[in-house]
Amino acid sequence: MKLKTFTGGIHPPDNKQWSSHKAIEDCPLPAEFVVPLAQHIGAPSVACVEVGQRVARGQEIGSAKGFVSVPMHAPTSGEVIAVENRPHPWGTSLPAVVIRPDGEDRWSTELQPADPSELTPDEIVERVRLAGVVGMGGAAFPAHVKMSPPPEKQIHTLIFNGIECEPYLTADHRMMLEEPERILQGVALLQYVLGAERVVIGIEANKPDAIALLKKHCLETPVEVMSLEVKYPQGAEKQLIAAVTGLEVPSGGLPMDIGVAVHNVSTAAAITDAVLHGRPLIERVCTVTGPAIREPKNLRIRIGTPLSHLVEVCGGLIEAPGKIILGGPMMGFTQLGFDVPATRGTSGLLLLRTEDVALHAESPCIRCARCVQACPIKLLPTTIAAYARRDLLAETAEYCVMDCIECGSCSYVCPATIPLVQAIRYGKAAILAKKRSSQI
Amino acid sequence: MLAAILSLGCIGMIAAIALGFAAKKFAVYVDPRELAILEALPGANCGACGFPGCAGYAKALVAGSIDLNQCPPGGADVVAKLAHILGFEASAAAREIAVVLCQGDNRKAQLKYHYLGLEDCTAAQRIADGPKVCPGGCLGLASCQRVCPFDAIEMTADGLAVISREKCTGCRKCIAVCPRKVIRMTPSEATVHVLCNSHDKGALVRKYCQIGCIGCNICLKTVPDAYKIENFLAEVVYEHDAEANEALPKCPTKCIRDFATGYPEGSTQLLASASSMTGRQK
Repeated sequence: MKLKTFTGGIHPPDNKQWSSHKAIEDCPLPAEFVVPLAQHIGAPSVACVEVGQRVARGQEIGSAKGFVSVPMHAPTSGEVIAVENRPHPWGTSLPAVVIRPDGEDRWSTELQPADPSELTPDEIVERVRLAGVVGMGGAAFPAHVKMSPPPEKQIHTLIFNGIECEPYLTADHRMMLEEPERILQGVALLQYVLGAERVVIGIEANKPDAIALLKKHCLETPVEVMSLEVKYPQGAEKQLIAAVTGLEVPSGGLPMDIGVAVHNVSTAAAITDAVLHGRPLIERVCTVTGPAIREPKNLRIRIGTPLSHLVEVCGGLIEAPGKIILGGPMMGFTQLGFDVPATRGTSGLLLLRTEDVALHAESPCIRCARCVQACPIKLLPTTIAAYARRDLLAETAEYCVMDCIECGSCSYVCPATIPLVQAIRYGKAAILAKKRSSQI
Repeated sequence: MLAAILSLGCIGMIAAIALGFAAKKFAVYVDPRELAILEALPGANCGACGFPGCAGYAKALVAGSIDLNQCPPGGADVVAKLAHILGFEASAAAREIAVVLCQGDNRKAQLKYHYLGLEDCTAAQRIADGPKVCPGGCLGLASCQRVCPFDAIEMTADGLAVISREKCTGCRKCIAVCPRKVIRMTPSEATVHVLCNSHDKGALVRKYCQIGCIGCNICLKTVPDAYKIENFLAEVVYEHDAEANEALPKCPTKCIRDFATGYPEGSTQLLASASSMTGRQK
């Protein structure tokens, strides 16, 4: 049977063999935690602790500001030693709370465990919000916002994203293998809150063990486990919806406009912790991998752990890395050094050697249209990039540049090594900047 | 035979008189300067000036609606000729040249992140305000070099734009394109400049740049007239800069530079002064 998928896309080598067989390990506590107050899409939270104050594990240290925002929590018990700007994975210095652990790892009693059968959907959403749960796929969009669609937008299909199409990353794969109950409890909670008729867990066909295990667990339930074609970016929200339902999210719209909601499998597990156990989102699974690290691992890390500590736990570096990437190689953020902390969106730390990241000189476009074939959104990357590089913003917008998901498939296939996605991203930023300045 | 010669000769005579009369009667006045300019221009009709061909540019010049320096293929020679034809004195006093007020290249100034996007300063500046920690320093992605019509800007191996004092015509195109406003117009005879564009406090500047101005006021104390300090950044007062170079040996970070003497040695902007020293020499 032919597996379902979307149109376009590419087949990069997945390189998951480094870590896919490694069980999740608990990462020991570092000497210092740096918890950035901006880790999610939306307004950054505001520090609500002072220097010198003692905090407990899971205590709120940053309060949410506005609806599209989440609170931050202490990763362990200890003392706040600074509230100041620290280097952030986004490339600049941003406000962060610095905590020195006391080693007791004592839990706070702010959030109590609860019995989900006694909670209303609104109470569940509120518990998710208080626990600071965000999308764990990488973009870190606050989960409670996706769980409270306006009443006129009824969600009929709920999709769980177990695709993990980024090369190298295996965090979600290990989660599905080792903690299926935690994921499925979250799946049930989300189905109850959103009232969806159809629930699908989408998994790429290169994880047959995870598919078999989840199928076994879902035998008696209405949850459908779907094996999807191995292709990048199968795990992007809109591509996953297209593959599972055949529906297309309209240009500029959201999945909820067509009655679909997508959550990551790890987000489902975090929702279980928040609702059932009253545990805020202070840890996640992160794949530390790549040819430059001595011992690739899947680590359960506390949020705010410095990258240098992760490298140490994984046996150190084999050689000085040519590129340090937070996330996967296709859409991750390149980092300058190891002094930044892991955040709620950090699904992986990838260390490549210099020889893996050789840059090629750009040459003129030969009009082969491979980027057009690869684009999962059916855009014309070469045309948009050419307009964007000439600052022709009206034309760039006319060719629907704002619908680009920045998956990088166009740059990957380009035989002339034109920085297509980079130019498109520049065009998007320029259009957004222009919009903002005209609003003021 | 004779009749044919006479009749054709008469027709020719009448036509010649008519044409001669018409040429006088319907003559269109052409400014002799326009013709002279057209002669002086390269005649490539390349359109780089933004006008339809050299004739269009010549017309605009005579009308006085455009600067002299819009013809990149012509270069400085043509600018001089045009100035002569149009009666401008291309005097040294009026000449301004652009200077990059930064010496913090990739070795001397700290980076904030690893930039791998488009090779364009404006694009880099859009991502978290640029890959350098310094808010004002040169990003070194050569946007100014690409826009310079006179080939006057070179990039050093460590990523710093350096403007040739000889080739710069003062067209200001680089200033328009620089997202960090690190390039400034200066009088061409002024050779002493404070090569820093960071208004941060000294302690902060020291953290991220080895060669930035820390606002220590020593230059101001040494030669009070020649310098002013605003927001922790020294600047040469170009009207009274005769003795500005006396402060050079005292500058603790060596961010003040004299292009005439090449002092201090080992400056990042060495390249600019080596081949092209202009202006006052001591």
